[in-house]
Amino acid sequence: MSEYLTDRRRLAMVAIGAVLLALPLVLADFWLQSGLFAMAFAIAAIGLTILVGTTGQLSLGHAFFVAIGAYGYCYLAGGESIPGLKAQSGLQFPPVLALLGAVGLAGLAGALFSPIASRLRGLYLGLVTLGLVFLGQHIMFNAAEITGGFNGRDAQPFSVFGFEFSDGDEETSVLGTVFTGLHKLWYLGLLLLAFSAWTAHNIVRTRPGRALETIRDSELAAATMGVDIRAYKAGAFCVSSMYAGLGGALIALVFGRIVPESFGFVLSVEFLVMVVLGGLGSIRGAIAGAALVSLLPRFLDFYADKLPLVSEPGTGGVGPSQMSRFVYGIAIVLVLVYAPRGLAGIRLRRARRKPTVTPPSVTPSPAP
Amino acid sequence: MTQLFELTINGLSLGAIYALIAIGFVLVFKATGIVNFAHGSILLLGAYVAARTQGDLGFWLALGLGAAAAATAAMIMEVLIMRRVRGVEAGVLAIITLGVDVILLTELSRRIGADILATGAPWGSEVVRVGDAAIPEARVAAAVIAVLVIGAFVTAFRKTDWGVAMRAAAADGKTASLMGVRLNRVAMSAWALAGALAALAGVFFVSFPSPGLDNATGLQALAAIPAAVIGGLDSIAGALVGGIIVGLVATYCAGYQDELSFLGRGLGQVAPYAVMFLVLLVRPSGLFGTQAVNRV
Repeated sequence: MSEYLTDRRRLAMVAIGAVLLALPLVLADFWLQSGLFAMAFAIAAIGLTILVGTTGQLSLGHAFFVAIGAYGYCYLAGGESIPGLKAQSGLQFPPVLALLGAVGLAGLAGALFSPIASRLRGLYLGLVTLGLVFLGQHIMFNAAEITGGFNGRDAQPFSVFGFEFSDGDEETSVLGTVFTGLHKLWYLGLLLLAFSAWTAHNIVRTRPGRALETIRDSELAAATMGVDIRAYKAGAFCVSSMYAGLGGALIALVFGRIVPESFGFVLSVEFLVMVVLGGLGSIRGAIAGAALVSLLPRFLDFYADKLPLVSEPGTGGVGPSQMSRFVYGIAIVLVLVYAPRGLAGIRLRRARRKPTVTPPSVTPSPAP
Repeated sequence: MTQLFELTINGLSLGAIYALIAIGFVLVFKATGIVNFAHGSILLLGAYVAARTQGDLGFWLALGLGAAAAATAAMIMEVLIMRRVRGVEAGVLAIITLGVDVILLTELSRRIGADILATGAPWGSEVVRVGDAAIPEARVAAAVIAVLVIGAFVTAFRKTDWGVAMRAAAADGKTASLMGVRLNRVAMSAWALAGALAALAGVFFVSFPSPGLDNATGLQALAAIPAAVIGGLDSIAGALVGGIIVGLVATYCAGYQDELSFLGRGLGQVAPYAVMFLVLLVRPSGLFGTQAVNRV
C-alpha cells in the first residue's frame, strides 16, 4: 500500500527529481560516474524485484541477463572490425536501435529460459539460474568474435541524431554552462531510470501485478482465479530480463568497456542484496538498495584514509571493497532476520504503528 | 582406451569428493529445508584451518581440527541465525545463507590472499600404476576414505536412533516433534555433520593433482550444488549419484578438451551446470528427488 501517490509523496518526488537534475552542476566526475552506476544497477534491480519480490521466483541468474544487455548493445552498435587493431565486429546499428535491440535480446533470452523456469519451483529455480550464470560466463569467455573473450570489448558511445551522450571530448554549452559527455550521460541515465520505475510501477500496481502477487502467495489460488500461471511466470521472466538488459546496456555505456569477469556469480548476489535490502517487491526499495550497494564501496574507497576500520588496499588490513562486502553481508543477515521486508518494510511498519483514526467501537447488536 | 580408463578412475574419485560435499548440502536441506549457499565457504574454512595448522600438528590432527572448525562454524550459523527464522519462506532463507557466505568468503579470501596453501597430505604427488594408467595416490586415498565415510554415514542414517530422528524430522517435522524428536538438536547435528563432511572433502579437493588451497577453491566446490540438484535435493542416495556424475563429467570434459575444443576452453568447470540443466528439463525434481505433489 506504500506506493500510492499522495500529494506529499508527489512533492517529495519532485524535490528529489530536481536535486538529481541539478547534481551534475556540482558533482565531480568520480561521483557522477558512481551515480550513473547506481542508476544502471537500479534499473536492473527493478527487474529483479518484479521477479523475486512480486512473483516469488528466486533468481540467481540476473547477472546473465544484464550481461546480454551489455554485450548486446556493444555488438549491435559496434563498428566494423579493423584488422590488426583486434576490435570486434558489430552490426553498426545506430545507438538508439542498439539500445532497444539490447533490451529485446535480453527479453528474448528471458523468454527462451522461461519454459525451463516455469517447470521448476522455488529453490530448484534458484539453483538452475545459478547454472545460467556460469554457462553465460563460459560463452562470454569463448565467443571471442562477439564478446572479445577475456579482454572484453569497447562500447560504442551513445548518440541520438548526432547528439553525443558519452564520456567523449565533445561538449555542449547551454546558457554558458558547459555539459561534458558524462553530464549528458547522467541525464540519459535519469531518463531511463525514471522510465523504468514508471513502467514497473504500472506493471506491479495493475492487473498483471496482482496476478503475479497471487502466484507468489499461492499458485493453487491463482489458478483457481483463472490466472494462466505459465504465461504469467514466463512474462515475469521476460520483463525482468528486459530491465536487466537495459541496465546492462547502461553499464556498458558508463564503463565504456565490458569484460566477462564482471558478470559473474558475485554480481548476481549483489543484485539479490539490493532487492532484499530495499524490501522485496518494492520498486523504490530496489532503487534505494541499488544506490546503497553500488555507492558504498565507492564511499569507502574515497574516504579510506579517514575511516577508522578501513585501510588502504594491499596493506594487509581490511580494504575498502572488503569492508563494503562485510557491511552488506552483515546487512543481509540482519535485515532478513529482524526486518524481513527490508527498508520499505521498516517505513511501512512505522506508518502502521500510529494509526490516524481510532477504530470506532462496535457494540454488538443483540441477536433477534 | 588407457586414457578413458584413467579418466574414469579419476572421475570416480573426484565424484566421491563431490558426493561428500553434496551429502552435507542435502543433509541440511532435509533436516531444515534450507539450501545452504554458505556450504562452499564452510568447506573453505575447514580446508583453510587444516592447511594452516598442518605444519605444527601433522596432517591427521590438522584434518580433525579443520573438520571441527567447519562443524562449529556451521553449528553457530544454525543456532545464531537460521534458528531465528524457522518457517520463513525458503527463498528468503537461501538469501540469508548467501549473506553468511559473503561474510565468510570475504574474510577467508582476505586471509588467503594470493597464497596457495598446501595440505601436507602424506600421499604427496605419487601415482599408482594400474596397467598403463597413472592414478594419483591422493585420489585413491580420497576415494577410499570418502567411500568409508559415506558407508558409515548411510549405516548410521538407517540404524541408529539419531538416523531415525533425522529421517522422522525430514519426513514430517511436526509429527516427529510430537513423538519426542528434538528438532533443534536434529538440525544442529545435521549442520555440524555437514560442516565436518565439507571440511574433509575440502582437504581432499585441494590435494594433488590440484595445486592447493587458494581463493578459487570455494567457487570450484560450488560444483557440488549441481551434484545435489541432479540427484534431487532431498535424497542422500541422489547426492551420491549426482556427485559421481559431476565428477565423471568434469573429468571427461577436462581430459578430452582437445576433442571438445569447439565447445570452448575451461569446459570442465561449466559442464556440471549444463548436465544439471538437462536433468532438470526431464525431471524437475532431480533424479531421485521427491516430486512436487500439487501440480497446477
